[in-house]
Amino acid sequence: MLNEVIVRRFVTVICLMSTLLAGVVQAQLVVEITEGIKRRPIAIVPFGWEENSGNVPLDIADVISADLTRSGRFAPIAEDDMLQKPTSGTDVDFDDWSILGVEAVVVGSVTQTGDNAYSVQFQLFDVFGRDQLVGYRMPASRGTMRRVAHRAADMIYEKLTGIKGVFDTKVAYVTADAGPDGQTYSLTVSDQDGENEHKVMESKDPIMSPAWSPDSRRLAYVSFEGNRSSIFIQTLRSGNRIKVSSKPGINGAPAFSPDGRQLVVTLGGVDGNLDIYTLDINTRQSRRVTTHRAIDTEGSWSPDGRHIYFTSDRSGGPQIYRVSASGGTPERVTFEGSYNARPRLSPDGTRLAMVHLDRGNYRIAVMDVERKDLLVLSAGSQDESPSFAPNSDTLIYATRPGRNGVLESVTADGLIRQRLASVQGDVREPVWSPFQRF
Amino acid sequence: MPTYKLIVVSLFFVLLAGCASQDIPDPDPTDASVGSEDGAETDGMDGSGLGEGEEIDYDPSQGELASIIFFDFDSSELRPEDADTVARHAMQLANDTQLSVRLEGHADERGSREYNIGLGERRAQTIRRMLLIQGASAGQISTVSFGEERPAAMGSNEDAWSQNRRVEFKYTN
Repeated sequence: MLNEVIVRRFVTVICLMSTLLAGVVQAQLVVEITEGIKRRPIAIVPFGWEENSGNVPLDIADVISADLTRSGRFAPIAEDDMLQKPTSGTDVDFDDWSILGVEAVVVGSVTQTGDNAYSVQFQLFDVFGRDQLVGYRMPASRGTMRRVAHRAADMIYEKLTGIKGVFDTKVAYVTADAGPDGQTYSLTVSDQDGENEHKVMESKDPIMSPAWSPDSRRLAYVSFEGNRSSIFIQTLRSGNRIKVSSKPGINGAPAFSPDGRQLVVTLGGVDGNLDIYTLDINTRQSRRVTTHRAIDTEGSWSPDGRHIYFTSDRSGGPQIYRVSASGGTPERVTFEGSYNARPRLSPDGTRLAMVHLDRGNYRIAVMDVERKDLLVLSAGSQDESPSFAPNSDTLIYATRPGRNGVLESVTADGLIRQRLASVQGDVREPVWSPFQRF
Repeated sequence: MPTYKLIVVSLFFVLLAGCASQDIPDPDPTDASVGSEDGAETDGMDGSGLGEGEEIDYDPSQGELASIIFFDFDSSELRPEDADTVARHAMQLANDTQLSVRLEGHADERGSREYNIGLGERRAQTIRRMLLIQGASAGQISTVSFGEERPAAMGSNEDAWSQNRRVEFKYTN
């Protein structure tokens, strides 16, 4: 009996270590926290595991804990401090948790139901109210277990903060590696916590401006293969891609329309007059949107599909303009500062993120669309490429503190800012995926 | 001045005048007594005088043709000192219709990437227009802008930035 317990503990420790090791070896994005607010104490109790055969496929409590920690809003207590470790709601003793000062407890378990079939359940309790806030059961396979853990974290997060969780999302980014044979550029997709990295495209020539399709199945990007710029759309599952724009001169800055059927792009032509165009992905027909001799580029759609925002230096230096998606006279949108570029509206349409020159430093700023007030969010000197998470609450962007570019995230109120330190390479142009629908 | 001092000064000048007008004969080189008696040696100097000089012209067309042109911050204007270089490239293209050139425009790293593609393209277009005006034909010239994606120099300082704001001439046949 005692031997069984010891063996089981030993196996659990080995599993935990392998998970952690795998995390360190695989993940290129390693999270460090640089700023924060007062975190809420919470307990994620290790999930029960009904052992039929082999080890638990994943330490789900660990994934949930890491997600909530990374949000910057929670401080999960250490397992060693727990007075009890229930795996089911009926076993929860609220007095034990009150003593520890945690406001919420998560308990759960994993049951094997078939060869590669599992059932994951969890319950979230309010310690003060002694009440269940949410309880859920989800099916899983070994391959989907990690996503199931992220989904659980999403539900817990939303219940406790009122903000939709983005733990089950992805990021794409470009990396430049200086190798012995010269520079290599790659386009990589990973989970938002840095796990499951996949290099989806690699080239000797620069790659720029990745953009997610609304259904998160495709990425558009600019490639300089052949010493000229072209726009590709690549389907992530298959790796197949189509070249959608390779006109003479510049082809750049692609972004999908909300219905996924069009791209807004920048075309320069032989005379190099950069202008905004929309491109029908199926028919490849393009329609010109701006005709000014200034540099007009970096177009992006408003979430309601009615406007296109873009950068233009028609008034002397780069500022942000918007124009009706069906064409018309652009109106200027930014008036603070001498340099505002790379507009991206939040998915809820309330905020406009941009690169803003702040007393000599290129920083990320957001402007409230209604009130028009500007808030500088970042603190570097070379900050660029802001991208909203699909819950409109957090942004990811690139910065260059030293020789290599790194990624950082910041909440839209500027209160929580973190560095996602890259282990190797020079990382740039991060884009956050939409909510995964499949 | 007292009289006797005047006489001394006058005498001094008379003696000086006398020295000047006296013809001092060259020492006879065969006079052994001059050379060897006190152990000193002499060495005659080469007697050739200066040769005749000539004027040289400055001809910029004889120097190596620069294949990179640099630009000021936030500018796509050609520096005056680079006009000759562009002219020579134009002549090269005008004289050989088989020759084609790809003008690669670049910008320094500051600011937004796709906007920097625009800045690099503006610089390439400045050069392109000048080449066309000066005899090259449109079919010989293509442009591409790499923006900040292909820096020539790494670093976040003006030294590196100034090396990156450039257009490069890449000839192809």
